[in-house]
Amino acid sequence: MNNSIFKIVLGRLSSGVSTLLIVSLVIFAITSLLPGDAAQQILGQFATPEQVAALRIQLGLDQPAPLRYLSWLGGLLSGDLGQSVSNAMPVSELMAGRLPNSLLLAGITTVIAVPIALLLGIASAMCRDRFLDRILNVCTLSMVAVPEFLVATLAVLIFAVHLGWLPALSYVSTVEGIGDFIRIYAMPVLTLCAVLVAQMARMTRAAIINQLDSPYIEMARLKGIGPLRRVLNHALPNALGPIANAVALSLSYLLGGVIIVETIFNYPGIAGLMVDAVANRDLALVQACAMLFCTAYLVLVLIADLCAILSNPRLRHQ
Amino acid sequence: MNNSILDSRRPSSEPESRVSAARRHVKPLNLTRWIGATLVIFWLLVAIFGPMLAPHPVGALVADDMYSGASAAFPLGTDYLGRDMLSRILHGARYTVGLALIAAVLSSLIGASLGMLAALAPRWLDESVSRLNDALISIPSKMLALVMVSAFGASIPLLIVTAVISYAPGAFRISRSLAANIATLEYVQVARTRGEGKLYIAAVEVLPNMFHPVLTDMGMRFVFIVLLLSGMSFLGLGVQPPMADLGSLVRENIGGLSQGALAVIGPALAIGTLTIGANLLIDSLSANRGQQGE
Repeated sequence: MNNSIFKIVLGRLSSGVSTLLIVSLVIFAITSLLPGDAAQQILGQFATPEQVAALRIQLGLDQPAPLRYLSWLGGLLSGDLGQSVSNAMPVSELMAGRLPNSLLLAGITTVIAVPIALLLGIASAMCRDRFLDRILNVCTLSMVAVPEFLVATLAVLIFAVHLGWLPALSYVSTVEGIGDFIRIYAMPVLTLCAVLVAQMARMTRAAIINQLDSPYIEMARLKGIGPLRRVLNHALPNALGPIANAVALSLSYLLGGVIIVETIFNYPGIAGLMVDAVANRDLALVQACAMLFCTAYLVLVLIADLCAILSNPRLRHQ
Repeated sequence: MNNSILDSRRPSSEPESRVSAARRHVKPLNLTRWIGATLVIFWLLVAIFGPMLAPHPVGALVADDMYSGASAAFPLGTDYLGRDMLSRILHGARYTVGLALIAAVLSSLIGASLGMLAALAPRWLDESVSRLNDALISIPSKMLALVMVSAFGASIPLLIVTAVISYAPGAFRISRSLAANIATLEYVQVARTRGEGKLYIAAVEVLPNMFHPVLTDMGMRFVFIVLLLSGMSFLGLGVQPPMADLGSLVRENIGGLSQGALAVIGPALAIGTLTIGANLLIDSLSANRGQQGE
C-alpha cells in the first residue's frame, strides 16, 4: 500500500520535472528566436559590426543554440542566472533582493484568503440553492471575472481618496510598527484576496456539494443528524483532499495577480522587477523570472495533484 | 467514461427534490442570464458601432482641463491630456472586444480541431501532442505573454498569437476528452464498422455532439483573453499608442487615481462589466444545459 503511494508520488514528481524541462525549452526558444540578438540590443543601433561581434563572443552568442540552452540550464541549476543588462548587476542578486517582498505579500494574502474562502464555501454549500447561496454564487461568479486593476482602483478610490485611511501607494522601506504595516499591505492584499477568495470559495463549495450528494450523507440525514453536523463531521473530512486541491490550484492565481498588483501599487516585488525587465528587454532577467514563476506554478499544481491522489484511495490505483 | 453512468443514476435517486430545485432555479437563473446577455450585447454593439457614435475624434484635445468630471459636453469626463473619455472608451472597446474575440475563436478552432484529431489519431501521436500540450498549459498565460513581448516587442498580431498559444491548449484538452468519450459511443462504433474514414467520423459523428460544450468553453476563453490582453495593456506591454484598448486607457490615466478621476474608473468599469456580463451569461447557459441534459 505505502509502496504504491510512494511510487505514485515519485511518478508525479518526475513528470513534473520533465514538464519543467519542456517549459524551460519553450521559454529559451522564444527568447532566442529574436531576429536581432542580445548583443545588438545592448549596444543599440549605432554600434559598429566589430563591436557587436566582439560582444556576441563575450556573451557566448556565437555558439549554436542547443549548446547555449545547455549552458543556460546549467547556470539555472547552479544559481548563476547571468547578468542583467539594464541594471548592470547579476540577475540572482536582483531577484534575491525582491523575492522576500513578493513572498511576504503572497503569504499574507494566503493567510487571510484561505479561512474566508473556506467559510464562504462551506456556508454556501450548506445553504445550497437558497438565498445566501444564490447571492454568494452571483458575487463569486462576478468576482472571478473582474480585472485586478478594477478592484485596485475602486479600493484606492474608497479607502485612499474618499475615506483617506490609506496611502495610495506602497512603500516597504517606511515600515515602522504594526500600523504602518497594515496601512501598506491593506490594499494590495485586499485586491489579491478579492479574486482569490471568490475562486477558492467556488471550488470549496463544489467539493463539499459533491460529498453531500453521496449516499452516506443521505444515510446520515435519514438517521436524523442535523445539517451542521452532517457537513462538519461527515462531509468535511472527506472533502479535505478536494479542498486542499482547490486551495493549491487557486493559489496559482496569485502568480498572475501579483504582476498587476505590484505594478499598480508600486510594490517592490519580483513581478514588478519582471515587468520592468520586459519593458527594457532585459532577456536574462526575463528568462530567470519566468522560470521562477513557472516553477512555482508547477509546484502548486503538483501539490494540488498529490492532495487529490493521497486523499482518494481510488485514484491511487489508476 | 463512467461519468455518463453516474450522471444518469443521480436524478433517479432523489426525483422530488430535483424537480423542486429546478423550479426554484428558474427565476434567478433567468435574471443573471438577462443581466449577462444585456451586458454582452451592449458591449458587442459598442464594439461595432461605438467609433461611429463617438462625439469627438479619438485623439483630439478638446477640453482645457485634465481629469475633469462628468459634464454635459463630456459625459465621462476628460483624460490626462484633456481628451474626451467617452470617445476614447467607444474606440477602445473595439480593440478590447475585437482582439479578444479573434483570439478566442482562433484558440477554440485550433484547440478543438487538434483535440478531435488527437482523440482519433494513433496512440503515439496523441500522447506526444498531449505531452507538449501539458507543458504549454503549465506556463501561466501572463508569464508567456511577458516572455513573448520581451522577445518580439508588443504588436497586435503578436498579442493575438500569444493569446492563442496560451488558451488553445486548454481548448485542446477539453475537446480531446470530449471527443475521446464520444468516440466510444455506439453510433461512432457503428460508423467505424461501416468502414467510414477518420475525417468523416470526426466531422459528421463527433463534431456536432461536442459543438455546445466547445462553444461554452470558447466563451470562457473570451473572458480570460479580455483579462489577459487588458492586463498586458495596463502594464504598457499590450496595445501600443496611439492605439488604445480599455486596458491602455486605465494605464494612461492612472495618474488621476489620487484625485478619483472618472478617466481611470470609466475604462476599468467598462472591462469589468464586459467580463462579468460574459461570465454570468456563460454560467447560466451551461447550468441550464446541464439540467436539460440530465
